[in-house]
Amino acid sequence: MLKTLEAFAVTLVAIIISLVLISIFIWASGNSFIEVYQTIYKGAFGTWFSWQNTLVRAAPLMLTALCTAIPARVGLVVIGGEGAVVMGGLFAAITGISLNGMSPGFVLFAMLFTGALSAGLWILGVGALQYYRGVNETISSLLLNYIAIAILNFLVVGFMRDPATLNKPSTHHIGDANMMGVIGESSIHYGLVLGILLCIALWFVTSRTTFGFSMKITGGNPRTAKLAGLNVGKIILVSCFIGGACAGIAGVVEVAAVHGRANSSLNAGYGYAGILVAFLARHNPMAIILFAISLGGIQASGGLMQRRHDLPDASVLVMQGIIFVVILASEVFYGRLKIPNLFQSQKTAQENAA
Amino acid sequence: MDKKVALQDKKVSRRSLVKTAGLGAAAVATGIASPVSLAATKKVNMGFIYVGPRDDFGYNQAHFEGKSGVAGLNWVKAFDEEKVPESIEVEKTMESMIQLDGASILFPTSFGYFDPHILKLAPKYPQVTFLHCGGLWDSTKHPTNVGSYFGYIDEAVYLSGIVAGHMSKTGKLGYIAAIPIPQVLRNINAFTLGAQSVNPDITTNVVFTGGWALPVKEAEAANSMVDQGIDVLTCHVDSPKVVIETAEKRGIYSCGYHTDNSPLAPKGFLTGAEWNWSSVYAMYAEKIAKEEPIPNLVRGGLAEGIVKATPYGPAVTDAAKSEADAVKAKLMEGGFAIFKGPIKDNKGNVVIPEGKSHGQTDIWLESMDWLVEGVIG
Repeated sequence: MLKTLEAFAVTLVAIIISLVLISIFIWASGNSFIEVYQTIYKGAFGTWFSWQNTLVRAAPLMLTALCTAIPARVGLVVIGGEGAVVMGGLFAAITGISLNGMSPGFVLFAMLFTGALSAGLWILGVGALQYYRGVNETISSLLLNYIAIAILNFLVVGFMRDPATLNKPSTHHIGDANMMGVIGESSIHYGLVLGILLCIALWFVTSRTTFGFSMKITGGNPRTAKLAGLNVGKIILVSCFIGGACAGIAGVVEVAAVHGRANSSLNAGYGYAGILVAFLARHNPMAIILFAISLGGIQASGGLMQRRHDLPDASVLVMQGIIFVVILASEVFYGRLKIPNLFQSQKTAQENAA
Repeated sequence: MDKKVALQDKKVSRRSLVKTAGLGAAAVATGIASPVSLAATKKVNMGFIYVGPRDDFGYNQAHFEGKSGVAGLNWVKAFDEEKVPESIEVEKTMESMIQLDGASILFPTSFGYFDPHILKLAPKYPQVTFLHCGGLWDSTKHPTNVGSYFGYIDEAVYLSGIVAGHMSKTGKLGYIAAIPIPQVLRNINAFTLGAQSVNPDITTNVVFTGGWALPVKEAEAANSMVDQGIDVLTCHVDSPKVVIETAEKRGIYSCGYHTDNSPLAPKGFLTGAEWNWSSVYAMYAEKIAKEEPIPNLVRGGLAEGIVKATPYGPAVTDAAKSEADAVKAKLMEGGFAIFKGPIKDNKGNVVIPEGKSHGQTDIWLESMDWLVEGVIG
């Protein structure tokens, strides 16, 4: 309980500090920061439309954040979400195209399955290289991103290309019947539901199950974990697979709910934004939901900031960057801020003075 | 006078607001748009969306310059967003412009915005006009509130080719291109044909970088081309900055693309092919203000003022200038065909037989999948 409180307090203070820094940045650009904050609020949460905008952007971030967060529980820094999204989307398209004509529910399920499986194996490869061969997982996952994008481009301009897509090479369409729908009257697709469900499920797994506990031990110290008789290799591989599968589902959603085809729009940066979300949430799947929504909100209001205040597009990146750096820097305060004791010592100091 | 018009317009918009109140989605859109809308008097609200930065000396800057052109008109309110990916984000940007800024006309300029994003939103917002740069609109398939506009920029590229043909001493030209799609192939062919009209033995080396914005690969390609003895370089990528600057640094000639590239290469710049979007945008804005129907398909080249040739750089000889000017005059008059038989492709097949010519408006040219003889790559 006290630990959760500490996490809340530190994050809150970090966010307040970043808001102050962002205000200085906005002020330096010649705008009133109160107005800009109002615009951000309006663009992110001000109307029902803004909410939809925010949630649609948050959905893939939840899934790609898990690709960094879950391996992080076992001590790996994996930044291969982008490649996993691409693999997931690519295999979803392959499945959707080849099964087109079968019952839509089955096709959708098959797309989710192959997308998650392929991306899961993709990141599992990162874990295996790290565990068996000692290859640095951060570097290998980053490089695998480029390989995934190259495979996608090769197939999309090559033999998987729909000849009708003249100037933007794409695969054939998976068929309108097989598309993932939207929730009710909104424009939010079911990717959001998948994202939230997976975050909750993985929160449960990581914090309430034996497997989650063994992940934590492995992350703390793999040698101790081995001494305790845990199968560290298996734990690492499974965690990487789960992380990759989540990002793969983000790719499936991009194909099945948004584009209907696989093309270069798959590597639009969701994987990289997910890393940011995972670190902000300190790899806690439950917190990922919140941070994905806040980041989605900032991105959703980015357009309005450009239009109303003539701020460049990069200002969104500046804001994200400031928050990221401040929150990472705040990590050093964990375990060092003894809030109740602080009051006590002040009191004794005052008493002593009196 | 102005005030009166404004008041009338306001009445109209209120009335139409009530009228649409029963139409569900449309009413929600207007209802949200009016209180937030900044303009006190009714203006034509135009929203522009670019895939890259506004100041890239390239495709996006060309559209931004077009937007800045119409933004000067006092009855237009123009706003824009840069670096919007071709994903669901562009749908959200368009909806945000419609709902929060009251845009009545949208210009999502990147190619990948069209399918599925514009096609998905257009039926949802029938009161908004979506105009896409690229010429994909098809009356049999697409909604009527969607349109497309594009320019025959290969006319200006052909002129660049003529100048390049005159200026090259080695007879080897270089073309750095993004991906082999019809639009790009057409420009490479036009450039080569222009140069071959001066010297039939001229060749063009082509490198496809594989993406629209890969500055490192563009620089590598440019350097390796200079090493191979190429002495005039041009490109078709989102931002020509890297290619033109590399050519200048290595002391060879260059031809620009998209915008006026002469500041990038004060010595070696010859000429270039530029877009002139502000003329197109002003035309649309005027039609909307007068409530005239908006044409679904707008195309044109030098004659229509949609594309233009950049003024010659200091190195260009008089002979080159006079020949390019002569061809330009013919293109402006109309009737001059760049793709005129006999044309062989670089595999030796005859693609356009003797006596046959394909005029600019010929749709056949828009599915081009061959490179003319003399193109290496």
